[in-house]
Amino acid sequence: MLIEEIMHKDVAYLTAENTIEQAMNVMHERKIRHVPIVNDKHELIAIVSDRDIRDASPSIFHADEHLEDLQKPLSSIMKTNVVTTGPLDFVEDAASTLYEHDISSLPVTEDDVLVGMITETDILHTLVKLTGAHQPSSQIEIRVPNISGQLADVAALFKANNKNVTSVLVYPCEDPEYKILVFRVQTMDPRRIIETLESSGYEVMWPRMPGMSP
Amino acid sequence: MRNHAFIYSEDMLKYKFSDDHPFNHLRLQLTKSLLEAEDALQPDDFVTPRMASDEEIALVHDQAYIEAVKKAGRGELSPGLANNFGLGTEDTPMFHNMHEAAALLVGGTLSAVDEVMEGRATHALNLGGGLHHGFRGKASGFCIYNDSSIAIEYLRKVYGMRVLYIDTDAHHGDGVQWAFYEDPDVCTLSIHETGRYLFPGTGAVNEKGNGQGFGFSINVPVDAFTEDHSFLEVYEAAIWEVAEFFKPDIILTQNGADAHYYDPLTHLSASIEFFREVPRIAHEVAHDFCDGRWVAVGGGGYDHWRVVPRAWSLLWLEMSDQRHIAEGSLPETWLEAWKDQSPIPLPTFWTDPADLYPPIPRKPEITEKNKKSLDKALFHIRNEKNR
Repeated sequence: MLIEEIMHKDVAYLTAENTIEQAMNVMHERKIRHVPIVNDKHELIAIVSDRDIRDASPSIFHADEHLEDLQKPLSSIMKTNVVTTGPLDFVEDAASTLYEHDISSLPVTEDDVLVGMITETDILHTLVKLTGAHQPSSQIEIRVPNISGQLADVAALFKANNKNVTSVLVYPCEDPEYKILVFRVQTMDPRRIIETLESSGYEVMWPRMPGMSP
Repeated sequence: MRNHAFIYSEDMLKYKFSDDHPFNHLRLQLTKSLLEAEDALQPDDFVTPRMASDEEIALVHDQAYIEAVKKAGRGELSPGLANNFGLGTEDTPMFHNMHEAAALLVGGTLSAVDEVMEGRATHALNLGGGLHHGFRGKASGFCIYNDSSIAIEYLRKVYGMRVLYIDTDAHHGDGVQWAFYEDPDVCTLSIHETGRYLFPGTGAVNEKGNGQGFGFSINVPVDAFTEDHSFLEVYEAAIWEVAEFFKPDIILTQNGADAHYYDPLTHLSASIEFFREVPRIAHEVAHDFCDGRWVAVGGGGYDHWRVVPRAWSLLWLEMSDQRHIAEGSLPETWLEAWKDQSPIPLPTFWTDPADLYPPIPRKPEITEKNKKSLDKALFHIRNEKNR
């Protein structure tokens, strides 16, 4: 999935000449935590986060003092070294960018021009969709040897049982000799497919009382 | 005025996918037969279900979907098209006259509503209903039309009632929740086995409703292997606090009987006691908040020999103030009548044996986790109350 499919296109932005108070208002009204700063060509030049604002605001114990500080331009607090992404980048890559830089939103730019905004919430929601967890389904986890062709073999059993698969994930296993295949299957009665998988020699992970026979 | 109505017709047994499908409405007959053997059902308790009209079904479902179900029941729906509507799958195969069969179950729940709202009964029970997985335009999880969603919309439109829907099926009541996710006049409370593995996978504590309806969808997922004590602790706290918060005009309870240890599709460890307590508390809530107005429907329940007849009989006995009947042995006549058809030995007592299942090793952790889920599910309600 591409960033342009999930990004916010109606982006709230400001310029370096706007005041800190204006940024506070925009964040409050739009319920956002990051405001991108653009120049007159609508090119992204900086970003202001709620933390930058907080650092510039008086303490709650002195809430009425130094209010003139809030009239200073955003250029005095904005961060110019902005991590961005492009509309044609993959959502997975954007997710790892957020993770690497330990940040929670990314402006989307095309030839330096601001075209969108993406937040960790958007990405999390997309990942939930990718796991198929938003559609009615049962989850079946299968431990398979870490050799090629296992996914195809297991998938063939789902096909033979006429079970519609909504999503498949491949997880690493603690034991590197194995991998975990996670299927979400459109059925309320997975008994037969589990039986088929087990009788074909696969290990199905399913709620089971520890220390009790399966 | 009599106090309670039992909606029933042999025609409800025509909602049947196939001989070996886990959803089997023979359960209805088994329950009625058990109650009759105990002399707990009188002729004037019975109400014959009406057929739901297309307009009534369309209160919730898309017209195109209704047409598709009709065609499917006549064998005129292609497998490709059927699939778009969730029909012709392993879970909801197509069968002869499926529209009529499904519309009768909906009509049964509407008849139950009419009994209560037109003052002919204080409580009414339609065990044929409770098909909580049905979606606006799609069949899912053995359910074609969502009788509960339709009945709730009918209660809203025709009678202007604020409805509290309480779902204790082991599976999340997803169809009803999504139908009213943005509606502040309908509150859905679902207590179910966590969707970690189990169908439909939804029903997490953070699903709380949307927009105007935020706060009016409440989900308490409980861990696999949850037993009576923890399950009931969570249920009792949730139902009282939610009723106090929402102040309903009527309650609609979905009484799936698939949380029992014997149930083949789920992983909970409830005993038959759970099914005695759940309606007892719902009954109190109905009298405390709604002048007694209480409509109950069935739902899941896939051990239809050992579990469902007793569980659903307990529901009726509670509703009709005949609790004392459910003591000691099951009637000999009932056992005799069915023992040859049952592939497994029938239970002989109203209660389950003390050694129903071996002790659960992680019991304290499960209990603790369920309490935490309850706290998270009710957080916004408690917050509101303390303001």
